[in-house]
Amino acid sequence: KSSVQTIGEEQIQNPYTELLVLKGHQDIVRFLVQIDDCRFASAGDDGIIFLWNAQTGEKLCELHGHTHKITAIAPFSSSDVTEENTDLIITASADRTVIVWDCTSGSQIHKVSCFHSTVKCLTVLQRLNVWLSGGSDLCVWNGKLDLLCKTSHLTDAGISALVELPKNCVAAAVGKELIIFRLSASNDGSESWNIHEVKRLVDHQDNISSLVSVNDLIFVTGSHIGELIVWDALDWTKQASECNFWDSSVHPDVQPEIKLSQSPHETSVQHLTSDEECVFAAVGKGIYVYNLQMKRVIACQRTAHDSSVLHIEKLPNRQLISCSEDGSVRIWELREKQQLPAEPIPTGFFNMWGFGRANKQASQAAKKMHENTPVYFLELVGDLIGHSSAVQMFLYFGELGLATCSADHLIILWKDGERESSLRSLTLFKKLAQNGDLQLKL
Amino acid sequence: MISAPDVVAFTREEELEDDLYREPPLPEEYSVPLFPFSGQGANPWAKVAGSKFTRDFILISEFSEQVGPQPLLTIPDDAKVSGTFDLNYFSLRIMSVDYQASFVGHPPGSAYPKLNFVEDSKVVLGDSKEGAFAYVHHLTLYDLEARGFVRPFCMAYISADEHKIMQQFQELSTEFSKASECLKTGNRKAFANELEKKLKDLDYTRTVLHNETEQQKKANDKGYYTTQAIEKANELASVEKSIIEHQDLLRQIRSYPYRKLKDSEFHPYEPECALDQADVGSNQDPAASEPGETPLYTHLPSYTPKLIKAKSAKCFDKKLKTLEELCDVYFFTQTLDQLHHIERTFRGDVCYLLTEQISRALLKQQSVTNFLFEDVAFMDEKPPEKQYRSCQGLGQDVVDEKCMDESLAPKVVISLGSYKSSVECVPIKMEQEMEDSEEPKMSVMSEHQENLDYLDADIKGSISSGESIEVLGTEKSGSGLTKSESQASLPVMPSPQAGRSKVGSRRTVSEDSIEVLSTCPSESLIPEDFKASYPSAINEEPYVDDNEGGLRFTPRANPGVDDGQDDVSKQESLVQVDAACCIGKESPNFLEPLPELGQKPCEEDGVVRIPPQPYRPAEQGLRGGFPSHDGLSGGLLPYELDSRYLSGSREVSKSSLDECSDSTSYISSAASTCSDRTPSPAHLGSAAGERHRKRAGQNALRFIRQYPFAHPAIYSLLSGRTLVVLGEDEAMVKKLVTALSIFVPNCGAYSKPVKHWVTSALHLVDFQKWKLIGLQRAVSPAGVNVLHALSRYSRYLSILDADSKTLRCPLYKGTVVARLADHRTQIKRGSTYFMHVQSILTQLCSKAFLFTFCHHLHLPISEREPEESVVSRRMNFLKHQLGLANEDIKIVQYLAELLKLHYIQEPGQGGNPLLRFDYVPSFLYKI
Repeated sequence: KSSVQTIGEEQIQNPYTELLVLKGHQDIVRFLVQIDDCRFASAGDDGIIFLWNAQTGEKLCELHGHTHKITAIAPFSSSDVTEENTDLIITASADRTVIVWDCTSGSQIHKVSCFHSTVKCLTVLQRLNVWLSGGSDLCVWNGKLDLLCKTSHLTDAGISALVELPKNCVAAAVGKELIIFRLSASNDGSESWNIHEVKRLVDHQDNISSLVSVNDLIFVTGSHIGELIVWDALDWTKQASECNFWDSSVHPDVQPEIKLSQSPHETSVQHLTSDEECVFAAVGKGIYVYNLQMKRVIACQRTAHDSSVLHIEKLPNRQLISCSEDGSVRIWELREKQQLPAEPIPTGFFNMWGFGRANKQASQAAKKMHENTPVYFLELVGDLIGHSSAVQMFLYFGELGLATCSADHLIILWKDGERESSLRSLTLFKKLAQNGDLQLKL
Repeated sequence: MISAPDVVAFTREEELEDDLYREPPLPEEYSVPLFPFSGQGANPWAKVAGSKFTRDFILISEFSEQVGPQPLLTIPDDAKVSGTFDLNYFSLRIMSVDYQASFVGHPPGSAYPKLNFVEDSKVVLGDSKEGAFAYVHHLTLYDLEARGFVRPFCMAYISADEHKIMQQFQELSTEFSKASECLKTGNRKAFANELEKKLKDLDYTRTVLHNETEQQKKANDKGYYTTQAIEKANELASVEKSIIEHQDLLRQIRSYPYRKLKDSEFHPYEPECALDQADVGSNQDPAASEPGETPLYTHLPSYTPKLIKAKSAKCFDKKLKTLEELCDVYFFTQTLDQLHHIERTFRGDVCYLLTEQISRALLKQQSVTNFLFEDVAFMDEKPPEKQYRSCQGLGQDVVDEKCMDESLAPKVVISLGSYKSSVECVPIKMEQEMEDSEEPKMSVMSEHQENLDYLDADIKGSISSGESIEVLGTEKSGSGLTKSESQASLPVMPSPQAGRSKVGSRRTVSEDSIEVLSTCPSESLIPEDFKASYPSAINEEPYVDDNEGGLRFTPRANPGVDDGQDDVSKQESLVQVDAACCIGKESPNFLEPLPELGQKPCEEDGVVRIPPQPYRPAEQGLRGGFPSHDGLSGGLLPYELDSRYLSGSREVSKSSLDECSDSTSYISSAASTCSDRTPSPAHLGSAAGERHRKRAGQNALRFIRQYPFAHPAIYSLLSGRTLVVLGEDEAMVKKLVTALSIFVPNCGAYSKPVKHWVTSALHLVDFQKWKLIGLQRAVSPAGVNVLHALSRYSRYLSILDADSKTLRCPLYKGTVVARLADHRTQIKRGSTYFMHVQSILTQLCSKAFLFTFCHHLHLPISEREPEESVVSRRMNFLKHQLGLANEDIKIVQYLAELLKLHYIQEPGQGGNPLLRFDYVPSFLYKI
């Protein structure tokens, strides 16, 4: 009934064979941020921030201070004059406050409550040692929470996303518009900054839902109706756009029922992530890989999940992790297939994916131009089922594992069982030696 | 679970029927044991002498000053238990032992009556006519109205099995002392109250009398005293004397705990309930009861004093207080609880008790693995003191240190040799201590002793005498006895005696045969002896130096000599030890008795410590099954790698299985009223556990017979994959869960991760917590959710559908479970099967232990060694060294993981429960 690819119970490549359930939150957990190599913070609708040890799953501290749900969270390592790096986190809440916390002590350092509207996004400009809060206006703060400057009231809807650009610029997504602001040190004062609007980009037809900076030259935006625009980060011009890459018109072979089911919600670009070569877009239920060089979608998985994909991330090892409202987390691998034109393709195999045949068509079409174009596809290598509700976000901790947070109030730490087992052995023998129990008679 | 107590009774008796074994003997494991009493054609489980009661009970009697010895109550309070047994008669018997010369009253040279704080005395006596043997615990309670202020009571543990009493003497003594202490604490409190009341009365009387005298004085101005006045004055004087006396008594009773606290042996009774703590405290707290302090009248402010008549009622007119009145009601009920506990603890056959004790003591030392499959309940309990000693037979100090060491430290020591020596050696003998010229009171039968006398003779075979009461081990004679530490459970074989032993071992059967086997002297009589009689004092004796004698370790290298023997002989002089070793080597069977080797298997305190050995075969069976029994004294853990144990485990289990299956008595066992077959919950609170075991074992048997896919289901449990039993009928599901619960390894020192019945949808967290879940299948919308959750989390689950009789779980191709759950098993009793399972699980545990604690299996040997070679080494070990096949590896790996977690977990910290799983395909099994 579902066109979603399933993998079954045998998942050889799935390393996560051990899990820890972290309980603490009393409402939807929406945000996970990494603080350092082994710590992360979680926050959500209950207004509490928890700090966790990513290795042991130990709850390090609970930060109470907000009375409403958390709307944004950002880690901030303030380098003071003393050069003492303290790990801070900044949280914004629907109670119209922003609090700066010390992660080590768990204490509240500063609290600002002079906002007119909820702060919806926070961005730290580490280079300038300032941070920005975006709500109905854009404010610039320093580490001590002094308001350096602010813009005039922009819209009631407020800024939905912020991204840092080169040359002290920031791109803010406000509704359908993308506004570029520039921060400049004022001529008279040493500590004061000015912020002014540089440019307003109105190329999107619908609200901008995601904004990501690829590198110093490029940033990408995605909108609610599935437009993907690649921008030049320096002169803010549109480099490329993919308006309806999800559209069946690009892939004429797509099954009609999918065409019918395309509703605006299912084409919303929920999340964008990128590496140097590609931009990965979570569009509706699907995942699309857009190659910046080739300026086209090189691989996609139209129905990667049963419902909307909320977060995706690219891992260093060509793997891609996605999480979705359906409560599952899936691990994909971007594979390259050197496709010989004459090779007969078992249709059943590709039918499963809803993409293979389209790709085949595309590649056959492209064959005339690029004989040797590699064909990419996303292969499901594993799925993680644990949450009983939408997985809001996840945090990849390398070999420490993967933390996922969900609407079921839980955070799950997924770990490599093999690694954990040998780590435990190591601890065991350390403890044995420590206790003096290790009397090996050789 | 190391032991299979049910099985031990079947092990063979070698020595008695030596001639019969002349033919080429069957292999050890096939030989059918001969029952030592078979000559009598008796039911092996029948009592030797037809006792008139069905099972052991506790009797409380009083030597009433009015009516003489009378029984007060029995525990259990059931007429059926004592049956036709004449309680009155037996009360007379047990109270007739003149156990103490406690003098209460006016001692010469003392102006006031003096309370003697008499120690309880502990006596073992037997009445062959009644077929009853008893541990008798005498105690005195204070009663102001009683003659000499004392009321002698006794508590007796009555059993038809004398050897049980003898072997469990120490435990009985400890437990009864607790009960007695409780009674006495309550009694002191009540007595003090009574005294206070009496003092108030006297005070009031004095005031009244005083006033009357004054009035008379005033009225009488003639200058001379009337006879009336003189009478009054005399009366007043006697009242005043009485007041002083009573004050003194009160001071004495109050100072008691204070004085006693200085005595290290005194363990004040501590009420478990905080309810009466304050009350007790006023009696027990030394500060609150300073000696010599005047009575506190604030104690009972509401009491209205009465006038005391000069002439009190005749003592036969008044009604004596009941036991309940004598003690506080609270303390009385506490005592009854304790006695009930004793009754439960010592229920059942003595070999069962011993096995249980030994296995518990051993298990306790397996601190690394015992949490996995053992009952959590008894782990926390303090072991009876004796257990360590009985296992190790060392001096107490040494033992304690050792125990401490061993329980803390899992020594990764592999020693084949010492294990062997403990298995193969034959327990042999005791030596006589030559220091004393006194005739040994204990004599030991030779092997050719007749069956008839077997039981009695080897232990207490008393010197024949025409007297009806044979006091064997009173404090007087006790001083001449050896100090051997031989313990009940140590299979120390009695040394054969010269001809005299035979004679001596024949007990005179007289009309009135009461044999007082041992008593503990009361402190008031000979305090020094009393002190010395405590086992703990033994090490202070001069010959303790002999412990250092290196010779006592010589048997270690000598498989012919038992470790147990050196435990015994360690107390002996070096020369004797040496001789013992030689004897052990040369004549293991003792066909030629050595004349010098008389035996005095009595301890200083007069407690007979040499086990009666009624079930010698059983003991030997134990030895075989308990590799660590003696290993302990060698500082080794039960985990010693023994190739036979590991590789031959199949044979072991098979043979035990066969033995069990030979039991045809299981059907009748339930109906049997013989105390032998009464299940013996050896510890308080484990009665339920025992019942649970039995039921679980029975259900598990049924399960493995009914369900052909029992193996993969059990594999799921053993490998840590949560098994969900799904069904509509709660009773059926619960039954299945109970059956399967015996296969579930514990994750920590908490209760088993088993949830019997769940009606709501399962969640991931549940799989972390529970490894076996009974789940309701409902047709309601909620039921749909339940099923949906099941299919969603199916990768973490094995699902046993009790309604459609299907199982969905991963494939199992190993061999361990097949041994564990053979559907063709001949085991019929639930508890036997339970023990069979436990023994196989114990083998798994030991494998997991080895796997976990082998350093090179987990860490590279050299710095540069790649991870792959460690992995291959690990797999090699699992496959070839441990002989595991396919999925069995996963079981051991899972258990090892649990062991690791348990070991590295910081105490006090719960530790995050983690869920480990595999991505393996599941299959659907159908009947």
